[in-house]
Amino acid sequence: MVIELGEGPGFIATRLERAVAWARKYSLFIYPFVTACCGMEYMSTASGHYDMDRFGAGLPRFSPRQADVLLVVGTISHKIAPLLRRVYDQMCEPKWVVAFGACTCTGGFYDNYATVQGIDTILPVDIYIPGCPPRPEAVLDGLMKLQLKIENQKQEL
Amino acid sequence: MSPSDASRETNNMLLNVGPSHPAMHGVIRLLTELEGETVIKVEAEIGYLHRAFEKSCENSSWTQAVPYTDRLNYVSPLINNFGYCAAVEKLLGIEITERGKYIRVILSEISRITDHLTCIAASAMELGAMTAFLYLMKAREYLYEIIEEVTGARLTTSYGRIGGVKGDFPEGLAKRLETELAKTEKEISEVDKLLTRNRIFVDRTRNVGVLTKENALHYSITGPMARAAGIYYDVRKAFPYFAYDRIDFEVPLGERGDNYDRYLVRMEEMRQSIRIIRQALKDIPEGPVNVYSESKTMKSFELADEAKLGRTEGLVNAISEVEPTLGGTERPFHDRIMPKDKRAVLPGKGDTYGNIEGLMNHFKLIMNGHGIRVPPGDTYFAVEGANGELGFYVASDGSDRPYRVRVRPPCFFAMAGLHTMLEGYMVADIVATFGSINMIAGELDR
Repeated sequence: MVIELGEGPGFIATRLERAVAWARKYSLFIYPFVTACCGMEYMSTASGHYDMDRFGAGLPRFSPRQADVLLVVGTISHKIAPLLRRVYDQMCEPKWVVAFGACTCTGGFYDNYATVQGIDTILPVDIYIPGCPPRPEAVLDGLMKLQLKIENQKQEL
Repeated sequence: MSPSDASRETNNMLLNVGPSHPAMHGVIRLLTELEGETVIKVEAEIGYLHRAFEKSCENSSWTQAVPYTDRLNYVSPLINNFGYCAAVEKLLGIEITERGKYIRVILSEISRITDHLTCIAASAMELGAMTAFLYLMKAREYLYEIIEEVTGARLTTSYGRIGGVKGDFPEGLAKRLETELAKTEKEISEVDKLLTRNRIFVDRTRNVGVLTKENALHYSITGPMARAAGIYYDVRKAFPYFAYDRIDFEVPLGERGDNYDRYLVRMEEMRQSIRIIRQALKDIPEGPVNVYSESKTMKSFELADEAKLGRTEGLVNAISEVEPTLGGTERPFHDRIMPKDKRAVLPGKGDTYGNIEGLMNHFKLIMNGHGIRVPPGDTYFAVEGANGELGFYVASDGSDRPYRVRVRPPCFFAMAGLHTMLEGYMVADIVATFGSINMIAGELDR
């Protein structure tokens, strides 16, 4: 984005794609698919002390059709996996997926018959936030990385 | 039947609530049958967060099972840690040190407060009280910081050890804890002002989701839910463990067993927990936190005499003090012989690096295929979890791995009796009632 200060009233010259990217980056509507322990850290991150609202991601949407970011928070077992996939399929483009916590990244230390070994086996994942559970700072870092990714990708209009 | 009659014919509607629903704490699916807006039948389907807790424990050593217990009730992980460790200690026949007991009491109560804060926060938010949610989350953050300072982790602490705790309190914790408790108390009283006499909140919760005393007994529901229904049962009072028998606290009781009573009981329990922490901080003795360096100490001749008389009860844990007149006892690292206590707790680093016995002891406990060996047998030990009686049934076949670790999760029984609290009320009351139950999927499905 280029800001040019001319004579009289100022104007901003930019490409449409960059403007869209900038807008998308700061208005993330998150669908928290909360299943387990990481949900506690999600609550901490979302509430006053760490405040995800600073990044324009403060308002969770519990309807997949209104959400841009699917935040998969907590262990995904084989029983819940089809539902997760269904929620993902219901979301409108553009959409991003964040794997929140070790279980969603790799299965974590639940290396057993019940747990999906990483949600990237069923969904495309954009950002991985490791940690069991990740600290709120790590979550915010992941969120900023997602914003960077959104900003730099090709914007489908 | 005329066509107009046929068009007036009504069917009950089946509505699926969950498993991914904003008002479902965690993942559970409620199959509800509705007549108009009245709920006439509810069935709960569970198992969406089954993570094979038992199987994982069977495949790990006794100590390695501790992190799995963190993630049972992830809102109050410390209580789970201590519950599991206490069950194994019971099987081993270990009595932990006084300081260890008080540390466990203090941290259990902090955990209980965080659990109740979360429960009230979430259920109030679902009824529209976003402010209360933010205030209580702020209070929880104060306590998480204390927990982090002591255990090194905010949530998944793994702080309990078989035979004690991971480490002692850091310097000056008591003062900081007192500051944080005062701040927490302030938030709680703030929320008390916001909710307790709030017309909307009272209307949504009073006489809604009533759990009768009989039903609470029938479904063996314990904890705040049973106490709200008027059942005086608290494991801390009924079967005192750790140091609870020396601490003065009250068990709040409700009368009607509705959502509002459950809310009040939880609020009062938080105040009682703060009271317990204050007393424990005052009474906490100095000394070691692990059973390793302090256990029942006896003179060696007394030990031998007792044994000769056949009074071997409890001798297995006793430390025999060797007479200084005997040869070989003046070596600095061998002032005392601790024959049995080496079973569970790692020796001090001075011993590990300083002498061969300490080194062997360390490796025997650490190495795969060695580790803590619990004598064959089984036992049940219950602690008062934040949601009720949290019991651990541990069985050992004498090897270094648990034969079985079965958990009695308090939520499971509440889910069995859930339909009695929802049927006959409105659809909108499902949210209010379900929030007040504090279902935790981690311990429900394990």
